[in-house]
This record gives sequence, C-alpha cells and structure tokens, in this order.
Amino acid sequence: MALKIVKGSIDRMFDKNLQDLVRGIRNHKEDEAKYISTCIDEIKQELKQDNIAVKANAVCKLTYLQMLGYDVSWAAFNIVEVMSSSKFTYKRIGYLAASQCFHESTDVIMLTTNQIRKDLSSPNQYDTGVALTGLSCFVTPDLARDLANDIMTLMSHTKPYIRKKAVLIMYKVFLKYPESLRPAFPRLKEKLEDPDPGVQSAAVNVICELARRNPKNYLSLAPLFFKLMTSSTNNWVLIKIIKLFGALTPLEPRLGKKLIEPLTNLIHSTSAMSLLYECVNTVIAVLISLSSGMPNHSASIQLCVQKLRILIEDSDQNLKYLGLLAMSKILKTHPKSVQSHKDLILQCLDDKDESIRLRALDLLYGMVSKKNLMEIVKKLMLHVDKAEGTTYRDELLTKIIDICSQSNYQYITNFEWYISILVELTRLEGTRHGHLIASQMLDVAIRVKAIRAFAVAQMATLLDNAHLLTGNMQRNGICEVSYAAAWICGEFSEHLENPMQTLEAMLRPKVATLPGHIQAVYVQNAAKLFATVLKSQEGNTDSTAAQETSQLMIERLPLFVQSANLEVQERASCILQLVKYIQKLQQKDVEVAEEVSALFAGELNPVAPKAQKKVPVPEGLDLDAWINEPPSESESEDEQPKAIFTKEETKHSRPRHIEVDEKELARRREARKQEQANNPFYIKASPSSQKVYQDTPGVEHIPVVQIDLSVPLKVPGLPMSDQYVKLEEERRQKERAEKKKKEKKKRKEKRSGRGKKHDSGPESEEDITPAHMVDIVTEEMPENALPSDDDDKDPNDPHKALDIDLDNLGEMAGRRPLADSEKLPVRSHRAVEAAKSPGEDGDAETVATQQPKKKSGKDKRDDKKKDKDKERKKSKDEKKKKKHKHEEKEEDLLRGEVHEPVVQSEGISQVAELPTSTSAEVSDLDFWLSNAPVPSNTQVESPPLPLPLISSVNTPLIHSMNYWSVICCFFSRNLSLYCLPMWISDLFFCLVLIFLTLVFFDTASSLKGHITLSSSILQPSSV
Amino acid sequence: MISSHDSLRLFLAAADNDDKVRVDGEPRAALEADVVRCCLSRKKEQCSFVDHRDVRLVYRQYAALYIVVGVTDTENELSIYELIHNFVEVLDKYFSRVSELDIMFNLERVHVILDEMIQNGHVVETNKSRVLAPLHALTKMADAS
Repeated sequence: MALKIVKGSIDRMFDKNLQDLVRGIRNHKEDEAKYISTCIDEIKQELKQDNIAVKANAVCKLTYLQMLGYDVSWAAFNIVEVMSSSKFTYKRIGYLAASQCFHESTDVIMLTTNQIRKDLSSPNQYDTGVALTGLSCFVTPDLARDLANDIMTLMSHTKPYIRKKAVLIMYKVFLKYPESLRPAFPRLKEKLEDPDPGVQSAAVNVICELARRNPKNYLSLAPLFFKLMTSSTNNWVLIKIIKLFGALTPLEPRLGKKLIEPLTNLIHSTSAMSLLYECVNTVIAVLISLSSGMPNHSASIQLCVQKLRILIEDSDQNLKYLGLLAMSKILKTHPKSVQSHKDLILQCLDDKDESIRLRALDLLYGMVSKKNLMEIVKKLMLHVDKAEGTTYRDELLTKIIDICSQSNYQYITNFEWYISILVELTRLEGTRHGHLIASQMLDVAIRVKAIRAFAVAQMATLLDNAHLLTGNMQRNGICEVSYAAAWICGEFSEHLENPMQTLEAMLRPKVATLPGHIQAVYVQNAAKLFATVLKSQEGNTDSTAAQETSQLMIERLPLFVQSANLEVQERASCILQLVKYIQKLQQKDVEVAEEVSALFAGELNPVAPKAQKKVPVPEGLDLDAWINEPPSESESEDEQPKAIFTKEETKHSRPRHIEVDEKELARRREARKQEQANNPFYIKASPSSQKVYQDTPGVEHIPVVQIDLSVPLKVPGLPMSDQYVKLEEERRQKERAEKKKKEKKKRKEKRSGRGKKHDSGPESEEDITPAHMVDIVTEEMPENALPSDDDDKDPNDPHKALDIDLDNLGEMAGRRPLADSEKLPVRSHRAVEAAKSPGEDGDAETVATQQPKKKSGKDKRDDKKKDKDKERKKSKDEKKKKKHKHEEKEEDLLRGEVHEPVVQSEGISQVAELPTSTSAEVSDLDFWLSNAPVPSNTQVESPPLPLPLISSVNTPLIHSMNYWSVICCFFSRNLSLYCLPMWISDLFFCLVLIFLTLVFFDTASSLKGHITLSSSILQPSSV
Repeated sequence: MISSHDSLRLFLAAADNDDKVRVDGEPRAALEADVVRCCLSRKKEQCSFVDHRDVRLVYRQYAALYIVVGVTDTENELSIYELIHNFVEVLDKYFSRVSELDIMFNLERVHVILDEMIQNGHVVETNKSRVLAPLHALTKMADAS
C-alpha cells in the first residue's frame, strides 16, 4: 500500500512538469479552463507530498498559472516551504514564485524573515543573489526594518555580484522603511567610488532615484557626480548622472553654468543616440533654470536645436518622435529658436505615424504668428477631413482651438474667419468637443464686439439647419454648439436679419429632444427674441403681426412646460404666463414692446472665473448661519413633505430680500461704487474703445463691407473659411497699397487715430492690421486672484518620507547624530557596531569642534547669501523646538504607526533646517562651484579665535565667491596647527605669505577624501 | 520599467505572443489586454513609443513576439529601447538562436536572465556572459544532482 503511494508520486513527478503543462494548455485550446482546473487539482495533490522535488515542480507550475492570471494565493505557504529548501535549484523556484505571487498583504511573508536572513548570509553567492532579487519584489515595511542591517552589511561584501544587488535593493528598503536612509547613506555614498563599475552604476542608480524626488538633500554630492560624469564611459551610468544633474540644477543655478560645457562636449563627441538625447534634454532643463540673466547661452540652444533637427530628419521614427518631444521643451522658453524650423515641423504633420503627428501638433502651438495662422489652420482643417480615427481628429480640433485662442486671440486678425472655422468644425461627426467649440463661440461673440453681427448671422443659419443634424447631435457632444448658437442669437438679437425666422427655428418641436440644459437656453432666448420681434413689429405699426408672434409663442411653449427637466419647465411656464399677459395687453392695443425688451436690457460682461472670491462678504453676513432653523431630527422624519413645501415657498418669496432699509442700501451702493472705482479690472461706463474706433477717421478704408457681401451667407450652414484666406490676402494687399498712398499724404498730415499707428515702417508681422478693430473685452478679474496654485502633490507619495537631510551624516555627523531611535534594529549578534561606526565615529570626533564649525560656516554664508539668510534666521529660533519634535515623531514612526502626514511634515521641516545645519557642506559646494580650491578637510579643527578675522575680511565681498574666505579657512586651519603667535600680531600680509607657503604643503599632504577628487576637476584659480 | 517603477515588473508570456506587464493592485487582465491591443494595433512604420494612461510604453517587435516595457516619462526611452535589444541578444546567446518556443518552454530560465539584468526597475548587468553565469551554474548544479 505504502509502496503504491510512493510509486504513484514518483510517476506523477515524471508525469507533468512545466513544459508538459504549457504544451497541455496549448493542446486544449477549447476547454482551457477545464484543463487548468484539473491541473490545479493535480498540483494540490503534489503539494501534499513530502518530496521537495515534487513540491518544487508544483510551485513552478503554479508560477506559470499565476502569470496566466489564476489566483494561486492559497499555495503561499507551500512557496515558503520550497524557498527554505537547502538546494539552490528548488530554492530558486521558491523565490521566483514568491517574487511573482507575494504582495504586501500576504501574511506568510512574516514567516520568511529568518529564512531570508539565513540566505543572505549564505556562503554561496547565488543563494544570496537569489534572496536579494526575490526580496526586491516582495519587501514589506516589516521585512525592510528587520533586514535593513543585514543588507547594509552585504553592501560591503567581497563579491561585486552581491554588492551591486545589495546596493540596488537598498532603494526598495528606503521606500518601505525611510528611517534606514540616514544610517545607510554614508555607505551608499562610498559605493559611488567602488572599484567595480557594476556596483558603482548601482549606487548611481539608487542615488539618482532618491535625488530625483528630493533633490535638495543631495546637492552636496554634486562634485562627486561631476567627477564621475567626466570620467565615466559607461553610457548607462552617464545617462543616470546627467538625469540627476537635471534634477539638481533648478536648485543651484551655478551648477548649471558649470555643466553646460561638459554637456556640450558630450553632445559633440558621443555616438550613442540615447546619451545624446539625454544630454540635450538636460541642457534644455539647465537653460530653462538659467533662463534669467544668462545672455550667452544662445550658442548651446542653437546646438541643441541643430542636433534635434538631425534627430527629426532621421528616417528612424523613434528618433523623430523624441526629437519632436524635446523640441517642445525648448519651445516653452525659447520659441524663437524653434520657429526657424517651422518647415520641418509642418512636414512632420504629414507623417504616416499618428504619434509623430501629435507631437508635431504640440509644437505648432508655438509656431503660429499673425501671418501664418490662417495657412496653418487651413492645413490642419485638411487633416481634420482626412483623419480616420476620432481620437486624432479630436486632438486636431482641440489644437486648432488652442492655437487660435492662445494668449487672448493674439494671432487672429480676422474673427469672421475664426467664426467660420468654428462653424466648420461643428460639422465633424462624433466629436466629443462640442462643448469646447461652444465656449469658444460664446467667448468670441461676447468679447469681440465687432464680430457680433457676423456671429449672429452664422448662428442663425446654424440654428436653422440644426434639425438636419439633431439626429446625430443627440448622440454626440456636438449639440452643445446649439447651446451657444441659441444664446448668441438671443442675446445679440438686435443684429439678426430675420429674427422671426430664428424664433421659429428655436421653437421647433424637435428641440425637445435636446438635453435639458440646452432646451432651457432655447426657451430663455426665445423670450429674448420675442422681445426683439415685438419691438420691430410695433415699430412698423403692424399690430396683427405682433399678435401673431405672441400666438406662436403661446402655441409652442406648452411643449416645454411639459418637459421633464425642472429648469426647462420653470422657465417655460414663467415665460408662457408672461406672453399670455402680453397678449392680453396687445388685444387692448397697449404698446408693450418697450417694457418687454426692458426685461432683457443691459450688457453682459465676461467675468473671470475667480471673481466671485474677491467679492467681499458684507459685514454682519454669516454665510454659515442657517437661514431657516434646520429641522430637528425627530421632526424631519414625519414632516418631510412639509419641509419641502416650506423650501419651495422661500424660493418664491423673493421680496423678502428687499427688506433691508434704504440707508443700508445706500451705504452698500456707495461701498460698491468705491470698490469698483478702485478695481482696475472693473470695466467702467466710460466710452468704450468701440466708439473710439467708430470715430476714428481712416477706418472706412478697411473694406469690411466688401467682405461681408462676398461671404455666401445665404448658403445655409456652409460658410467657407477658405475664402477668408484669399480675402485676407486681398485685404492685406489693399491695405498695403493704401498705406503707400497714405504715406505720401502723411508727410503733410499729422498722425491721428489708432489705425494709423502701424502705418509706417516696413511690412512686418505686427503691421498686419486686423480686419476688424477688435475690442477684446478682458475678463473682469479681481486683483490678487491668482491662478490656482494648489499643491497637487500626492500626499501618499512614498518618496516624501525619504526627504531626509543627509548632508550632516558624513563628516559633519556631529550636527545631528543618529539618535538611538534611528539606529537600525538589529536582531543578530553580528558586529553591527562596525557597520554603524562611520556615523558615530564622525560624531564623536566632531562633537568637540561642533560649535566653532557651525559659526564659521554661518559667517561665511552670511556674507554670501544675505537675502537667503533672512528667512533662515527667522526659522532658527524655531529650530530647536522642531528638532525636539522630530525626535518625537521619529519615535512615533518607530512604534510602527506610519502616519504619512507626520512623515511629510517632518520632511518639510527638515528641508527648512537643511541650509543652516549643513552650512559647512554648502560652503564646500560653493567653493567647488566657484572654481576656487577647496579649503580643507572638514575634520580639521578650527580654533574659535580666527572667527572675527574671517568675518572682517569677508564682509566687503558679499556674494562674490571669494578666495579670501578660502585663505581664511586655510588660516584657521594652518594657524591652529602651526603658529598661533603669528596671528596675534595681526599682520595680515605676513599671514598671506605663510598661507602661500603652506598651500603647497597642504595640497601635497591632503590626499584623502573628496578634496583630491574635487581639486582634480577644478581649474587652477587665482590662488 | 527601469527606475521608479517599484510596482512594475516585466512579465514574459509566450501564450499570446506578448510580454505582459503587471501592476500591483490594478486589475491585471484589463491592463494587459489594453497594452496588448495598443501594441498590436500599431503598424511597423509607427514609432515604438506610446503613451498609455500614465505610463509610456516602449516596445520592440521581434517577429511575432513583442517585448513591451512600461516606463515613467522621466525615463530615457532610447536607453530602454536598447535594453530590450540587449535582453534579446542575451536570450539569443543562451538559447543559441532563440525562438518563441524557447521562451515559452523555458520560462523560468528567462526569468532568471531577466532577474540578473534588471532588479527592482534598474539595470543591474548588461554584460552577456556575466548575466548568464548564474544560469550556467544552475544547469551544472542540476546536472550534478
């Protein structure tokens, strides 16, 4: 019996391995699910065996099934079993399965801690390797905390294979357990100079990744990275380093200046396209951060643009794509240099690849000018017609609108053309952007007064033909356009040629199929139109016609009164009652038109979106107070209907608001007027520029009337924007001719009026006068209203927790030593103290010298960056308190309650603390950046006595990176070492001499640390 | 994949001629289907970078096999593009003229190769012989036992 079982299990073992499973699944295409469920049953049987080989085979198959999407979490414990096998072959299968199947909520992970620790310390490097690889996939905060110390030890393993894996996994550990960053950082830094290039590259990877999220804390590593950049030949590493510098430069503009040269050299020399691309990208980023006050970088920009042009011209689509992508980054800051490559970009619009066309579209945004806008848009419109996919067409549509409307319609010279473009766009089927077109129509019609007549005519045709499109419109977003059309026709109805016709169009029964909010607008604007129609008809003393109009309204409106939409219903019933009353008056031969149109009198001005915020809340008004007492809970249950009723009552009892007494009203009015007078953005009732335009002599020359006549308005719904392009050309030619004529006259006449301002001078872009004197009404925007500057950082970003001040760890460990609470928890009894020593040793050494160091650093900085200091000084007082808080918070964290917000605030306050606490480091960086020799090792003891001297020397040299401070540093060092009496004599000249002699001595003797490194990159300075 | 993709790992699946990407905590099947559709719908002359939701896909086609990598937009696309090729070269060296079937039936070996080359989203090793060293050691061990 027992023999049978064993035999069966062996059979099964040879029965089906992974290959068989894969083959089996492929052979059972029809009943895959069934086959797999039988397989899973087999696997379950296999997992019950004691034979580890069988188990491993089963787990291997499970891994494959997991990849196919089957849930295998039930086998988690078996995976752990296989992981703990002593045989590497099985162990690896276990780790592979774990890395695929385990995630943070897998509870068996807790069981693996000791197994992983054992594997990490295994003498076999592959055991360790596989453990590290696996761990990188499923590390949890608990695992990270427990194993951080073991991994740290592995970072100094003898085998580079292990070292590089250990270094890389540290990044994962930092993410999961941010407290480990501070103790581990010094060692990580050491790894940047590891003899093995693989380890070095791993360390660069990790630090780059860390620094990209919180660049501030890694500024002090810049010299080291700079050296790596100039010496390394590994393109992978170079790309990473260059990326890192891209993140650092915004914080330190001087770094950018230093970088430009080596980067341009790389651009010239490298043959690797990826590196070239990265360099160009970073140069762009650097130049963006430098863009203020660096006049001589145009050469680098030119170089970038040239290189990008080569990329774009390349036949490889990938390079083309990336070239365009990078080009768009340049466009933001240096639009001029991109504009010269317009031909190339327009060419890309015809590319067969959609994603390349999209990128080219992005670039077009910056290409347009008054001259070429029409041409470019015409081209885009052709693409719109050709485009097959709706996404690309929608993209084109939004781009057209973006391009035209950018910077307040800056480039549009002819708004009639723009309106007809918009109308053409409405004919697109299935676009999602009806709303966008509608808002553009509204915006243009409201803000460009001169265009209203034309816009209204267009909108009227659109409304007239709406029924042709309604079928489609219901489905897609284009019906939004009729919202705009109805509103424009209603609001500016005085421009309508045939208001009666439009009124009828708006009251068609078909309208009832439109969405509610659009119907509401239809109804409301029908009322406006009604007022206009009445006015014209009463003017003609045609009383029957007026009565017929009222009758039309009364006949058609009930349809809307029955609407399911509350808004439509309310408006329709209101207006219906009104019209009925008007009809009564008409029958008595009373003139009503005046009063009806008074209902809709007054001009509407555009209001900025944030204007509401600036309206002051009147005194004594508490917006949070209840208007009506809230119904108590007991009441609400049985008296709900009543509550609704009272609510409705308040809605209708408007007069209640006017109970404020006259005095109060007068006072408010006064206050409001005052407010308006002070508000520069309030458009006062002064004569508008529109009037100015009408009075201006010379405007008649602009052949607006001709254009109007030649436009085929009568063709329903088919205005042709193309014609405007020709017309515009003609118009410009005429203008030019006129200008020439005028110029002759002008010698005699004096210049007057706006129109002539541009007359003189050669024909340039700015000289193209708009066809309409465009009065673009600015939005009423209250002062202080800023564009939204909301902090959109994700509070859950794990990298926030890693925003930890690291500069004070190395040589300056004394500033903020590793508190007991910060030490990595140690479970094993290995020689942990040794691992910890860099921080602590430095700590012990520098404690004695802490005070003077701090002072000297501060003094130096005082001179250099007075402005920055102001802020810091403010925070100095708070710092002690903060420090105290940090300790508390960190203890909190250690207790295992990871409060994200707390971690965050800690990060922020530490950043605030950074500048002062690391002043010595910062000044080191300053020296490096200013090409001055680096003074001395930070471990040197500087006596307190030279301090007054330093400050006295430094004060006149504010902001300039001076070698005086360098000299002083040498003094402070050398004096302490050699001859104190000399300085008591206070003979400055003598000191300089001594210094000069000692400099040679010094440079020869200081062979350790980063000084040698940095001095090798530094050009010899004046010292 | 490379960098910052703590939750992203490249997945190899020979099943439908496609590599698969997994994002923890997201419905995997839907994402996979999306990515596969996205890549298969692209023509040969189109460029190898596609923006897909919040990741950029870099893919490379080898006969019927697509290798797709999702990266954040800060990553250098060209280097990823090269990395894919490097990976395929390693596969080619190990299987000596790699074919789809090799990948399909030796999935765990491919995993080892990938693990050697990439660890938590970073390039570890690009040297072919060094990538393959652990795998050879493994085969020796298996033969010995």
